[in-house]
Amino acid sequence: MNEQSDLIDVCAVSDVMPDMPVKADVDGVDVAVFQVDSDYYVTQDLCTHGPGSLAEGYVEGDEIECPFHQGKFSIVTGQPTAAPCNIPLKIWQVVVRDDRVCVVRQ
Amino acid sequence: MNVLHDNAVDGGVVIVGAGQAGGRAAETLRSEGFEGRVTLIGEEVERPYERPSLSKEMLLDTSVETIAWLHAPEFYAEQDIALKLGVSATAIDRNARSISLSDGSRLEYGVLLLATGARVRMLDVPGAAEHCHYVRSLEDSRALRAKLVAGKRVVVIGAGFIGLEVAAAATTRGCDVTVIEATDAPLGRVAPPLLRDYYRVLHSSHGVALRFDAQVVGMASDGDAVVVTTNTGETWPADIVVAGIGVIPNAELAQAAGLGCDRGILVDAFGATGDPRVLAAGDVARHHNPLLDRAILLESWQNAQNQAIALARNIASKGDAVPYSEIPWFWSDQYGINLQIYGLLEDDGEFAVRGDPTSDHWLMAQIRDGRIVFAAGINAARDLRPLRELMKLGAVVTRGDIEDQAIAMPELLRRARAPRSVA
Repeated sequence: MNEQSDLIDVCAVSDVMPDMPVKADVDGVDVAVFQVDSDYYVTQDLCTHGPGSLAEGYVEGDEIECPFHQGKFSIVTGQPTAAPCNIPLKIWQVVVRDDRVCVVRQ
Repeated sequence: MNVLHDNAVDGGVVIVGAGQAGGRAAETLRSEGFEGRVTLIGEEVERPYERPSLSKEMLLDTSVETIAWLHAPEFYAEQDIALKLGVSATAIDRNARSISLSDGSRLEYGVLLLATGARVRMLDVPGAAEHCHYVRSLEDSRALRAKLVAGKRVVVIGAGFIGLEVAAAATTRGCDVTVIEATDAPLGRVAPPLLRDYYRVLHSSHGVALRFDAQVVGMASDGDAVVVTTNTGETWPADIVVAGIGVIPNAELAQAAGLGCDRGILVDAFGATGDPRVLAAGDVARHHNPLLDRAILLESWQNAQNQAIALARNIASKGDAVPYSEIPWFWSDQYGINLQIYGLLEDDGEFAVRGDPTSDHWLMAQIRDGRIVFAAGINAARDLRPLRELMKLGAVVTRGDIEDQAIAMPELLRRARAPRSVA
């Protein structure tokens, strides 16, 4: 099995910073890429509650706050952690390869 | 020991008001594991929903209803929350610990949460009862949006947030809009001059006619139209008249029951009235805010949600109660322009402006004794957000810190949080 074909390249590691997530595309879906400490995470960019872009949101620790209504999600698990968000985000498994953030194709 | 919790478990929680605050309180009681009886009573026939979209998205698009329901209809029964809609509470008997309802029934409580919200202030001039629309309920919004047809003349009375949002929606729908305001500028005392100017220009640049320093004294039919008259002797023909002149907290129930009220139900930082079994949250609650160190009444989405959640958590918890303590946050969307505000405007302090205040991307802060007390941004949500943390910290900043675009706002926050070096 060719492992490479299961990985989708998302962005450069240098594109993302701890309090500045970046918006990218995975197979036509907008995603938000986060750096928390030395790890990278990828979630859907569109908030599950309203038309907020999570890449435009506010990072606090390992949570992302949607700019729309300031509801929150765990960047790590995608689970909602503060109202009004109550539907989890879709997340991708991340693999960092050659200074590139990649996700495992779902 | 948490007496509030014990009282709630023993006698159940009754929530009067099934709006956003009441709905969130009920939901939070269950999500925090409260297993006692929860009853949610609402005067409106709809299940809990949030109001902000009523003066914005709801008025813009007739093909889809943008109603922010808190939950699907099944949620309440699934969560074992007894929902009684279309019925109002008529009296509280604090000795018997019960409330009387308009359907003739009585309901006992262990803890009572009053989330009765506010009602619109109605224009008290001849003709208003017959011709004037207001925007508060879902029913109001549905009625108004059906009428906002291109070419119709709309007269909006009041240039507060509701008035301006309605004016923006009507203009976007192709209506011919006039806004009549009694004071000399939009947004009253909640916004600083720079922001008031911005909105004056924003609306006039979209073709809205703005008439300041004029009070409406009456309105009357003229064929199919309505003619609005002001104290300046001018007349304004309209197809639709809408007034947004403020709201009055629904504190009468509490007042009649002997609870302290003053333009709202008076509560402490835990939402408690003078009666330890009676709490209040949302638009009706004039509450002590520990960060601002004074009593405030917030007519905002954030307060309705977060105060209700905080109080419900305290009821559900067996541990010590936690005070509700947040920096007020408010937003308004008009013509696709997003305004966000943190804190409350004070009478004194200096203003710092970051960016060009005549552009569509800038922010400002009011600094008093070195601390930010108010901050507002136009299409600047991301830059503004760190200021909320700075305000919560009581961090000392200078005007230059805000105005210098070479200093990123998150950097300012990092500096404020960094431990002081030992000299």
